Order: sequence, then C-alpha cells, then structure tokens
Amino acid sequence: MSDALNRVLRVFRNPRVVNGIGLALVGVVGVWLLVNFVKGPQEFVNVAIDGLTRGSIYGVVALGYTLVYGILQLINFAHGDVFSLSGLVASTMLFSVLELTGDSSNLVVIGGIIVTLAVTIPLFAVVNATIERVAYRPLRHAPRLTPLITAVGMSFIVSNISLALYGVDYESGSDLIPQGAAFTIGEIIVTWKLVFALAIIVPALIALSWFVGYTRQGKAMRAVAQDTEASAMMGINVNRTISVTFLIAGALAAVAGLVFLLEYNIRYDTGFELGLIAFTAAVLGGIGNLAGAVLGALVIGFVQSFNEGLTWFAPGGDWTRSIVFGILIAVLVFRPQGLLGEQTPEGA
Amino acid sequence: MTGRIDRVRSRAGDNPNVWLVPAVIVLGLLYPFLEDPLSTLPLIGDFVPTTATVVVMIAFTMMAVGLNIVVGYCGLLDLGYVAFYAVGAYTAGWFASQQFEQVTFHFGSSVDNDKVGIHVSMWLVLIIAGLLTMLSGIVIGLPTLRLRGDYLAIVTLGFGEIVPVVVRNGDSFGGFNLTNGTFGISPIDAVGFPLLSAIGLPENFQASDNRARWYYLVAFLLLLFTIFCSVRLRDSRLGRAWIAIREDETAAAAMGVPLMKTKTWAYALGAFFGGVAGAYYASFKSGAFPADFYFNISVFLLCMVILGGMGSIWGVTVGGMILAYLNFSGLSTIGSKIQDAGLDFDPTKYQFGIYGIIIVLMMLFRPAGLIPERRHKVEFEEGVHDTPFYDVQTEGALTDRDQSDD
Repeated sequence: MSDALNRVLRVFRNPRVVNGIGLALVGVVGVWLLVNFVKGPQEFVNVAIDGLTRGSIYGVVALGYTLVYGILQLINFAHGDVFSLSGLVASTMLFSVLELTGDSSNLVVIGGIIVTLAVTIPLFAVVNATIERVAYRPLRHAPRLTPLITAVGMSFIVSNISLALYGVDYESGSDLIPQGAAFTIGEIIVTWKLVFALAIIVPALIALSWFVGYTRQGKAMRAVAQDTEASAMMGINVNRTISVTFLIAGALAAVAGLVFLLEYNIRYDTGFELGLIAFTAAVLGGIGNLAGAVLGALVIGFVQSFNEGLTWFAPGGDWTRSIVFGILIAVLVFRPQGLLGEQTPEGA
Repeated sequence: MTGRIDRVRSRAGDNPNVWLVPAVIVLGLLYPFLEDPLSTLPLIGDFVPTTATVVVMIAFTMMAVGLNIVVGYCGLLDLGYVAFYAVGAYTAGWFASQQFEQVTFHFGSSVDNDKVGIHVSMWLVLIIAGLLTMLSGIVIGLPTLRLRGDYLAIVTLGFGEIVPVVVRNGDSFGGFNLTNGTFGISPIDAVGFPLLSAIGLPENFQASDNRARWYYLVAFLLLLFTIFCSVRLRDSRLGRAWIAIREDETAAAAMGVPLMKTKTWAYALGAFFGGVAGAYYASFKSGAFPADFYFNISVFLLCMVILGGMGSIWGVTVGGMILAYLNFSGLSTIGSKIQDAGLDFDPTKYQFGIYGIIIVLMMLFRPAGLIPERRHKVEFEEGVHDTPFYDVQTEGALTDRDQSDD
C-alpha cells in the first residue's frame, strides 16, 4: 500500500510528466475551440463577446482578491459578499432613492449610475476597511490559518447581513440599459451590455493602475507587498497602507457590484460563487499580479461563455462550476505561479 | 492488581477527568430512557432534543472528529469536507438500495431477498464507505497536498463544490445512471441484525418499534469508536508526525518526516470517519440527496472544530454536539420561543450568520477553542514561526526574534 503510494507520488513529482499532462490538457481545449470556431464562426464570436462582458466584471472582483492577497497573503473570502451587498445597495439607490425605471431616458440612467457610484464606492471602501480593522488586524501575528478561518466567518456574516436587509429575492437592473445591439461590425453584434460594462470598468481600471503605479501611496502598497518588514523599516506606515488596500478593494467591489446588477441579477449569496470564480481568476493569472488578475478573469469569462454558449461537445451550464474549479485545481497542480506570476514558495 | 488500581487512583488524583469519561458514557447510553423524563421538566423541557435528533447530532459530530484529524492535528485547512460526507452517503446508496436495478445481489442484508439492486449488509457498507472515502481522500490529496496553507484550502473548497455538481448531474454518464440526479438515491436499506433476529434483536431498525433508540445506540458506539481511534492516532508515531508538520513543516521535513505521505494519511484517515458517518446518516434518513452536500456543511463542520478547539478531541466532540444541537433543534426551539414572545425574528434563517459570528469571535478572543488542547494553545499564544523582525501591530516595537522558537 505504502510502497505503491510512494511510486505514484514519485511519478507525480517528475516535472516532465506534470508539464506533459498540463500541455496535453491545454491542447485538448485548443482543439475543441478550433473545431467550434470552424463549425460556426459567427456564433463563436458572439459567444466570445458575452465572455468579454463576463470576464471584465470578474476582473474587477478578482483585482480585489489579488490586491489583498498581494499585501497580506490572505484570501479575503468576505470580498465576494461585500461585492454582492454593494450590488444590492446599488439597487436600492437606483430604484428606491433615485426612482429610475425601465422607461427612464438613457441620459437619466447614466446620471443615476454616476450618482449611485458616488455613494456606493466610498461606502463600501469604508465597509471593507472596517472589516480589516475589526477582524483581520488583531490577528496579524496569529498562525496563518487563523485569519483565513476568520475570513470565512466574515464572509458568512456579510452575506447574512445582505439576507437580513434584502431577503432571498433577486434584484436586477437589466431593464435600465437598452437591450440588443449597440452597433454591428459585419455580422458581429456588439451589445449594449458590453458597452455599458466596459464604459464603467475601463475607467476604474485606468484609475487603479494610475493609483498603484504613480502615487506615493501606491508605491507604498507595492513596497509592503514586496517586503512588509523592510518597508516598515524604511518608514512606511504598514497599517495605513493595508487599510488603503482594503479601501481600494472595497471600491472595486462596489464598481463590480453595480455593473453586475445592471447586466445580470444579484442576491445575497451571489457573491459567494462569484467570489470563488474571481479568486480562481486571480490564481490563474498569478495571485498578487494585477494584470494577471484581469487576464485570468477574461480567460475564465471566456471559458464560462464558451461552455454555456457553444454547441459542439460543450458540457453546458450544469457543469460550469465544476469546470471553473477544475481549472483552479489544474492551475495549482501544473502551474502554481499562474500565467503571469512569479514562482512563489506557496507552490513549492 | 492493587498496583493497577493504585495507578488509576493516582491518575484520577492528578486529573479528575478520569471519572468524567465513564460517567459521560453511561449517561450517553441511558439517554433514550432519560429523554422522556427530561422533556417534561419545566422551562428546559422544550429544549431537550429527541433521540432521533441526537442521532443526527452524533453523525455530524463524528464528521467533526474526522475533520479534526485533518485540521486540528495536521494543520491542513480543509474547506471541502462535505465531499467525504457525500461519498459516504452515496456509497451506502450504491451498495444498499435499489439504485442498480440491472443486478440483484444480496449479502446479509436486512431487506427481502426478491428486491432488485445491490443489497449488502449495512455493517459491511459502513466499512466499504469508509474505505472508498479514504480512497477519494487520497485521490483529492495527491495533486493538492503539495500546496501549502491557503491554496490547499481553496482547492479543497473547489473539490467540495465539484462533488455535489457531479452528483447532481450524474444521472447519465454515457447513459449510465450513477447517482439518480437531483432526486437522489432513496430508500437506502436500514441497519439491522438479520442473523440475530432469533434472539430478539431487530432485523431492521427502520421497521422496528424503537427505530430511533436502536439507531441512537449504534451511533453512540460508532462515535465512541471514532473518538477512541482519534485518541490512539494522536498518540501514535503518525499522529506525532502530523503535529510536527502543523507546527513547522520545514523543520518536520528536515527531521525526516515524509511530508506528502504523512499529509496524505491525515487526509485519508480524516476522510474515513466522514465516510462512515455519511453512510450511517444516509441509512438513518434512508436516502442520499444532492441538496444535502453544499458548502455550508463544510463550514458548519469547521465551526464545530474551531468552537471546541482545534486538535482537542473532547473539545471537538463537545463543540460538535453543541452546534449540531443548535442547528437541528435548538435554534428552531429558540425561534419559536422568540415568536411566542411576539417578536418576528427567525434565528434558523440566519444560522450561518450565527456560525460566522461564532467563528470570528472564537478566532479573535479564544483561538484555541472551548476546551483547548495544551499544545495548540501554546502555539496560539507564542506563535510558531513567521515571527517578523518588526511588529506591525504594536507599531514601532521590534520583536525579539531570538526568544521565539523560530
């Protein structure tokens, strides 16, 4: 028993075997995509556009995970639930406070979206930073499992706050944005959904990369992510930097929550599953790497849309969850550092 | 003989708990007979769980004790333990129900011989379920145990999510109905003594007049067996290797502990008890349904381990019984009391929020649990590794790295 186990283990430790299996898997997926493309190019591209819409939303959530992980090495399970709570609060803003309806003119809707973002972004930035202050900061020196378990607990608390405030019904803002095609390029239909999603998400991403890349505080964030102790010795206020990271992650969650509300429907437990998908995306791209998170999210978005939209040998929506987690497991086994990440001791 | 008694006495003198264990066992065995008088008591009478509820509580406590091997002993956070529960329950479904109607096979089963499907004696099924679950633990463990800490947590979570999906969609694997899809497998055969019915033992617990009592008795013995194995494992060579890995993986490897093998054993043995408990519970409620195996159960079990104290067997048992009681009877009783008082609040709706609060509060204020394991408590208080040069929390204070056991 033990001997056989050892032999199996030894085979799996051989990098050539592991890489070979990994490449074979990628090859199978490539062939599958190619056959699907040849069978129906137009359908393929339209499904891909749906994937782009999904992927961009996942990207914003995944950034929240990867920012926090990069700086604290903590999977902030509560992030997904903060996201869904922010979407629900946005629905209150849009429908109850601003009283928008499906008949409101486009200009009014756009104004409403801006006002809503102006409220939810600061609100959830503060909520997220408060979670860090209350639940994670006192555990900075506990064994690593402790904050992780606390994060699972916080996730349940936040989702139950959503449940208490909004009940079990789905909220959706999808009638606010126009249905159908914004414009067509040849036979390719570019939907309003995609236009709205990108119009909100792209500026948010630009703002984020400006902040992280070009401000003093962003520089501090990068330094702390690289080496907490050294940056503390250089006079960087570590606690404040961590708080700022959580503020930004919360702000991103609020952006994603609103976009998700406009495109799909959201309820108290949406954030749990979406959070897992987004975390998978972050791992796929290389956790801690901002560009990687967006790339990974786009890949996952495409995978999900291809799986649900294509017709030739696609497993279908029932299996989406399994496929996403299968990807997560495959990435961790075959390429733990992710697509763009550096080799980490975690994957050793 | 006298020397032996003296030894027991002197141990009892050191540790009053020596008498506590037999007392709890006797009380536990008598519970089905105590239930009726207890439930007529004023004030607390309504809160006394029925024997049937206690069977469910015990099944989940067994799983918690199994999870404790993985999380408490070896320090591997498993967020997908529900997968093992599912494997156990479906094994019972495969080997003791009418699921595979293509074949008719009977072996010591408590059902009539003319029923189609595989019907193996439930006693054997419990063992088969344990072994199959162990195997699935190894299969899950092999690719993932190379990873450390939080990555492992997320991968186990992934497996925990995949298993219910596979089960739900498993009604036609190439036309073969493996899991009967969303309907689940039902009925599953009862536990019983078909060969001993001559001396008055029930042939089939489900059909017996004292269904709950018989199931209770066996569940209680299974729990005792689980606890016994758990204690023995902890003190074994393997158990000490687990604790060494928990405290410092690198140091353990340097001392010659084979990491992968030891971790895989933790996974396999932890899974074993989850499988047995899952199969037994499936037999008790006579079915295995995909809706039972959602992520929340994994967190529920984790919460039991944390509440009781990671690594502490008695703590986990007590924590498991408390939480399972709250989940399956206590909260709804409290809810009806609150509603009688005229307030419109239903605590069962927020049960997982309540568990979340328990988890966070325990982690913040008593991370070693209600009944802490001595060793683990020290780890929490003094830390094990990763002691930084600079203490971020108490800003400005340099920590003395030499004094910690880094």
